[in-house]
Amino acid sequence: MQIDIIQASLGGDEQIIELSQLAKKYGDVQAVAGLDLKIDNEEIFGLLGPNGAGKTTTIRMLTMLTKPTGGSVLINGYETTGDLSKVKKEIGVVPQHMNLDLELTVWENLELHGCLHKMPRAERQQRMQELLAFVELTDRAHDLADKLSGGMKRRLMIARALMHHPGILFMDEPTAGLDPQARRKIWDLIRKMNSEGMTVLLTTHYIEEAEVLCHRVGIMDRGRLIALGTPTELKKKVGEIVVETLNCGDTEYRFFAGREQALGYAGNLSANLVIREANLEDVFVELTGRRVGA
Amino acid sequence: MKRTLGKFFTSRLVGPLLYLVAFGWGMGRSIQMNGGNYMEFIVPGIVALSAMNTSFSAVGVNLNMSRLYYKTLDEYLLAPISSSALVLGKVLAGTVRGLVDSLIILALAFLFGTHLVVNGWFLMVVLLTCLLFSALGVVAAMVVNSHEDMANFSTFVILPMSFLCGTFFSPDRLPKVFGYIIDVLPLTHASYLLRALASGQGIIPLSLAVLVVYATVFFAAGVVAVLKVR
Repeated sequence: MQIDIIQASLGGDEQIIELSQLAKKYGDVQAVAGLDLKIDNEEIFGLLGPNGAGKTTTIRMLTMLTKPTGGSVLINGYETTGDLSKVKKEIGVVPQHMNLDLELTVWENLELHGCLHKMPRAERQQRMQELLAFVELTDRAHDLADKLSGGMKRRLMIARALMHHPGILFMDEPTAGLDPQARRKIWDLIRKMNSEGMTVLLTTHYIEEAEVLCHRVGIMDRGRLIALGTPTELKKKVGEIVVETLNCGDTEYRFFAGREQALGYAGNLSANLVIREANLEDVFVELTGRRVGA
Repeated sequence: MKRTLGKFFTSRLVGPLLYLVAFGWGMGRSIQMNGGNYMEFIVPGIVALSAMNTSFSAVGVNLNMSRLYYKTLDEYLLAPISSSALVLGKVLAGTVRGLVDSLIILALAFLFGTHLVVNGWFLMVVLLTCLLFSALGVVAAMVVNSHEDMANFSTFVILPMSFLCGTFFSPDRLPKVFGYIIDVLPLTHASYLLRALASGQGIIPLSLAVLVVYATVFFAAGVVAVLKVR
């Protein structure tokens, strides 16, 4: 079924989100330290990073739930400090924390959101039916939100975020704590929305999620962006071939641009080893792992 | 709301009923207050204190939880609604709860056979008291950063007012210094006004003005607090 998920009239390939020198300081702690980033219209962008890297703070600043202590954000040309209600109409937000009203039914949760966005009754009702079908919750419409499974709650949160026809969707850890089936369902929803023109910015620390889903990925560590590119570009950057050697219980990773160099290196080793293609997880660990190191 | 209505009403009854039984029936029968029956003295005080308690905690505790724990407040902050609309909504919700409680006490008091004059002014003052303490609830919920501290706020601010502000006894029996402090607190004026009105005397303009000023200031502070919570 083809559903009109996006109605916002966002033209062209211009950058839809622009962060410049965005910063947030909590007391002495620099949660986000001068982030420069441009996100293209209709892309799925993934913000990756270990816990505490500043991903959630960044999303909260982009969605105006937290005030930056420095820098600025432009969303579809609007400053996030000026007329907030204009920006609020452009964006949908799926927060990390399950924040549905559990005392309300599925239907009422969506209705509340529609009312808060001042949607007329007829439009609201039509939209709710459309979205319930989209996230496959039509038959649960009149159940209390509390009775839904984790995956369903997450899907309801996505439907809720889409109620007012936003053109940009922010998702903070959209699949955290879900089982593989539920997670793939969410991935499908994200791809489907994106194919209809939605720009999606998500954070995750599931690396395979970023690899299969995102057009571009930014890796954050300690409040800074330390790498930016498509998953393929990032893999090239650290080396596409990995040689893993087991050395007294610790695995060592060496990265090589091609197979020949990797084989040459491996030929001189006597230990057990594995030669394989690099994945985004290698990039992530290579760039952040050592210092986070724990 | 309709799903929890039964629980809502029965739980509302418990507090007021205990106050009336303990202080009115139990202790109060032997006490004469300004020539009148102690019940007639205490019921307006209990109405004022329970308008305060209910409105404050209905708004304060809920909103604080929804901000810090459930994060449902984010949903409202993300919506294109003004912070004054948000505060107004919360204050009105708290006011309805406060009013329900106050009306229940009045109904119980009549069942206990107390003679009170309940006119439009009386209800106006109850309404104003509810508005005032709902708005204080918004301010506290936005400013206080943990559930424990919210309980502390109640203990240090709301609880002393419950007992001292002319609710159970007349504050002129206390040393002068305490009297001055108590005279500044909003609940004092709510109970003075309600008591005067219930006994058939007219409105006290100064006390009414104090309540209006407090309500306005708390409401404005609530709006500012919501703006600053980001």
